[in-house]
Amino acid sequence: MDINLLWIPLLPFLGFLINGMLGNRFGNKFVNAIACGLPILSFAISYAAWSRLISEGTELHWNGFPWIWIEGLVEIPFALHLDGIAAVMCMVITGVGSLIHLYSIGYMKGDPGYHRYFAYLNLFTTFMLILVLGDNLLLMFIGWEGVGLCSYLLIGFWYEEDANCAAGKKAFIMNRVGDFAFLLGIFLCLAHFGSLDMSTLTDATAISALSAETLSVPLLGSVSVISMIVLLLFIGATGKSAQIPLYVWLPDAMAGPTPVSALIHAATMVTSGVYLCCRLMPLFEAAPAILAIIAGIGACTALLAALIAFGQNDIKKVLAYSTVSQLGYMFFAIGVGAFSAAFFHVVTHAFFKALLFLGSGSVIHAMHHEQDMRKMGGLRKQLPFTHLTFLIGTLAIAGVPPLAGFFSKDEILFAGYQQGFLMGVDSAALFWGISFLTAGMTAFYMIRCVALTFWGESRVDSSLEGKVHEPGGWIGFALFMLAVASIVGGFLNVPEFLGGHATLGHFTGLHGSAASHGAAASFSPEDLHAAEWKSMFLSLAVAGSGLLLAYYCYGKGHALRTRFTGSGVGRWLGRLSHRKFYVDEFYATVFVRPFETISHLLFILIDRILIDGILVSGSALLTRGLGNWFRKMQTGFIPGYLLTFGCGVLLLIYMMLSLIQQGGAQ
Amino acid sequence: MIPELPSFNLPVLTLVTLTPAIGALLLSLVDRNNKALLRQGSLMISCLTLLFSLLMVANFDNSVGTMQLEESHSWIESLGINYHLGVDGISILLVLLTCFSMPLVFLSTWKAIDDRVKEFHIALLLLQTGMIGAFVSLDLILFYLFYEAMLIPMYLIIGIWGGRERVYAALKFFIYTMVGSLMMFLAILYLYQHAGTFDLPLLLERLRTTHLLDANQQFWLFSAFTLSFAIKVPLFPFHTWLPDAHVQAPTAGSVVLAGVLLKMGTYGLLRFSIPLFHDAAFNLQPLMCWLAVIGIIFGACMALVQNDIKKLIAYSSVSHLGFVVLACFIPNVETITGAILQMVNHGLSTGMLFLMIGIIYERRHTRELADYGGLAKVIPLFTIFFLIAVLSSIGLPGLNGFIGEFLILYGVFKVFPLWGVLASTGVVLGALYMLNMVKKFLFGPLVHAENRNVADLSPREILYLLPFVVMMVWIGLYPAPLINMVKPTLSLYVEMLKS
Amino acid sequence: MFSLPALLYLSALLFSVGTYGVLARRNILVVLMSLELMLNAVNIALVSFGRVHALTAFAGEHGGQIFTLMVLAVAAAEAAIGLSLLLVIWRRWNTIDLRQLCRLNG
Repeated sequence: MDINLLWIPLLPFLGFLINGMLGNRFGNKFVNAIACGLPILSFAISYAAWSRLISEGTELHWNGFPWIWIEGLVEIPFALHLDGIAAVMCMVITGVGSLIHLYSIGYMKGDPGYHRYFAYLNLFTTFMLILVLGDNLLLMFIGWEGVGLCSYLLIGFWYEEDANCAAGKKAFIMNRVGDFAFLLGIFLCLAHFGSLDMSTLTDATAISALSAETLSVPLLGSVSVISMIVLLLFIGATGKSAQIPLYVWLPDAMAGPTPVSALIHAATMVTSGVYLCCRLMPLFEAAPAILAIIAGIGACTALLAALIAFGQNDIKKVLAYSTVSQLGYMFFAIGVGAFSAAFFHVVTHAFFKALLFLGSGSVIHAMHHEQDMRKMGGLRKQLPFTHLTFLIGTLAIAGVPPLAGFFSKDEILFAGYQQGFLMGVDSAALFWGISFLTAGMTAFYMIRCVALTFWGESRVDSSLEGKVHEPGGWIGFALFMLAVASIVGGFLNVPEFLGGHATLGHFTGLHGSAASHGAAASFSPEDLHAAEWKSMFLSLAVAGSGLLLAYYCYGKGHALRTRFTGSGVGRWLGRLSHRKFYVDEFYATVFVRPFETISHLLFILIDRILIDGILVSGSALLTRGLGNWFRKMQTGFIPGYLLTFGCGVLLLIYMMLSLIQQGGAQ
Repeated sequence: MIPELPSFNLPVLTLVTLTPAIGALLLSLVDRNNKALLRQGSLMISCLTLLFSLLMVANFDNSVGTMQLEESHSWIESLGINYHLGVDGISILLVLLTCFSMPLVFLSTWKAIDDRVKEFHIALLLLQTGMIGAFVSLDLILFYLFYEAMLIPMYLIIGIWGGRERVYAALKFFIYTMVGSLMMFLAILYLYQHAGTFDLPLLLERLRTTHLLDANQQFWLFSAFTLSFAIKVPLFPFHTWLPDAHVQAPTAGSVVLAGVLLKMGTYGLLRFSIPLFHDAAFNLQPLMCWLAVIGIIFGACMALVQNDIKKLIAYSSVSHLGFVVLACFIPNVETITGAILQMVNHGLSTGMLFLMIGIIYERRHTRELADYGGLAKVIPLFTIFFLIAVLSSIGLPGLNGFIGEFLILYGVFKVFPLWGVLASTGVVLGALYMLNMVKKFLFGPLVHAENRNVADLSPREILYLLPFVVMMVWIGLYPAPLINMVKPTLSLYVEMLKS
Repeated sequence: MFSLPALLYLSALLFSVGTYGVLARRNILVVLMSLELMLNAVNIALVSFGRVHALTAFAGEHGGQIFTLMVLAVAAAEAAIGLSLLLVIWRRWNTIDLRQLCRLNG
């Protein structure tokens, strides 16, 4: 049987159309069937394509039709392509996506915008699949901006509140800033490669042919074309994947319904920047200088977000910053050349972060939309199942073996360790140090979150007493499935020194580390294995100490915590973390407000005063003034006119005569 | 022997051009109180025109880049003025755009205009003849005639059926445009004196083969033509008539103004200014490009601080058409294709936005953003349509706006990266002001009690908005047919400019 | 009889008197009379020239006289119209003073 790739994104799109147009006519059952059935169907197709890929090894392609097509100049088709990476991503998107759709049935019950919600969710799935399957950069850009649009619509889903719309708008515009760079990257690619097809952009000969070309860029001087392309695409990725400096929209995006945060702002959309890097791996590898920048930005983002996560009291904000932090990890991995590890982390992160968000959604649902952890506590008794799954997610993200996060994070840290210490790249060693620290901090703030929510004394508002119940049905089902995935997900890519086969890495064909290809292949396997063991123990140790420390601060007794927060430095740090290092305020004072003020000023100065005031009204006034002046000659006194007339005649006669005289003189 | 069938040669372009005018003549016979007949009649006439324009497309050969369906008759022989019509890739889409939007405009005025219905419809029909005529005429005097003929109905539409300060706006519009076109008229006469013809293809040929004009003459002639078109576009700093005219004009007037009339400026640049005087155009390229880029950014900044929705969209037009002007002055096949598509796309998206603001104005009689908010709950259908138009306007990939912007920006970037980068910031700013407007207009809490009972779209309104949506999605996903229509002409055009 | 220059001096004198009357007087009736004076000054000049240059004149032997008759006819018509206008003005505004009849004053 032939598999037409078009069906994968088309099915959810049909769901969007049907639910969007007819959803309010039919009941919720109909909406559910369409909204969940079609993504599940598309999961089935993705699965079929994936197994075909495994059994036959043929990558699938849909030729489509010409899109922006000027013969010989700009040839961009609307074509889809499915290779190993795309197949895995499709499975994750449709798989996790379907679970979240199912979860939403329980979560969104009774909402007046029920069908609208599911229509948006289906549309999001469509765009995400186009992003993944698009065979060229511009088609990917459709998906890229499309998911941004859906994110905008879903963040502002409850639009009656100003804050929600503002958050949606902020997300869209921050993303647009990134997309601006992405678009410039696309232009550069098109101008230099002559095509945007993935196959051309990843073609080794095409890349090496370009490697000598340079551009002169203001401020940067002469930069190689490839580096510039990679840099611009990466800036695009920082927008979508919430990295420094464009990360501030993601925490605000938590204004949307929780399943949306799980699907869009944790599992799928925000990882598309990492996906972009993986898809264009050969291109990125050709720009080592930019890779170092990527590693630095990734590590710094991971650290900064973790620091902020310490001080947050909103359960979703903690998870949001942890997402930013984990995305930082992924970019760190890309930066040190461990594309396979980054992609692996995308997959495992999709599992456990979706689980954590859905778990938090379950809590929020049970608590009647209370998100402040200071008003929770002791929920373990009322919500045992949610607690269990949430704890699994927490341990997975903290990197406790053998859960999913352990394997992927270990691989990332090892890649950094390898580049930093075995290959002796100083910057990589520094960034490894940062990431290493962050691993401990992740364990700490996640346990803090669990402890504040589920453990200890109950601080639940008395009005909710006895009303907090475990949500069952689809919510429980989705949590269960994701918990299972978070437990076993890591076995997708067990490294060889632990007796695995690095299955995912081989399947996707992504490089495991900068050392595994090219320059540093000279290490002996024994050396490598020893280093791998060492790195693993180090990361286990740091995660473990983070867990223990948090346990003693929040779980068992508060002595340590009160001593820290009691001290001046502690209070100062806590406040800094709670106020998110004042980055939002910084952006507001440096970019947003000056821009608005200048626009206002320009409007008044240039349009109102200069053009309309001086030039337009000015010329009108000038005309009127001249007219007024000439008007005085019109006395209405006929002899006066006659006098003027007579003088004129005399003048003419004089002129004629003098002309005649001249003629005579010649 | 089978007798050869007489070749069925309809003067298609004349039909397309004059049908509305003849229709206006017929309408003038209708009793002024029979409003239903007036409305249906003008709708039918515009539909008939649309039909003829489709006939024109059917007869248009995509593989040929030269003028097609030409009609040439001598008109005022003693002065060498001909009735010369023709279409090529540059004009055909604009003619189509005009013919496409007019029936929808007529449909939209059924409730909005109840005063002097007869005169209003006649004015709109005459306006349509003027617009189509200007797009298809290949004789400078004929062009000038149509170009000026558009001015009077538009002046009346703003001045009679407009808002509170309609007289100021109409006068400003008229004088601004008149100043420009008079300069152009003088330039046309001067050109005739030197080249001896008003016929555009002939003129191009003569100017190219013999160097009739020195650099100085070219400079002045170019300036005269370009001033006229720059005012029409409008290019920064000649843009201030536009916000006033838009705000005061009735909905139909705004739609035609933004949808088609402004394109007359960019069309003129493409058709006359640049090919006729391309040395001067080349010398002034930096100036024009800077003005265009400033217009893109400045228009966006201005749009950001407006409180009146119509004014906001008017400024967004300044920004969007800046892209087109930029493309015109950096001519390569990509940019010009992009420019033509952008003209069409801007006509669709801005036209639709103005129509929708007209709809809400009919219900609430205010255009102040502060008077709205939270409408999404009351009028969900309206919200969806409005969002689609906004997204098309900010160039969301997959909708029409993106195609034009992409081609223009890419083409510019390829040659002059700096201008490409500066212009691309317009894309970010576009999202900024549009989403700001959407947030204040449709979302947020419902604070004003008057908004609680606003009616959602009626079937008639859906009927005239739906074609816009269909076109937006179609062009966004499958622009190939349009590009194919345009491409042969543009290859020749760019070739000619290079030589 | 009289030499040509003497006749022309007379003509110029009459013309100047007429011009002065037209420019300086405020009564429309007097202005009209002065106008007639100016026309007659021209008539004198025409007749004089006609006599002196009778044989070489471009307009023929009696050109000067013919022109004079023409001017007289026109002057008569003009006087008729002028006087009737004068009557209407008098009826309407009750004045024939030019200084008061300046409704076109801008």
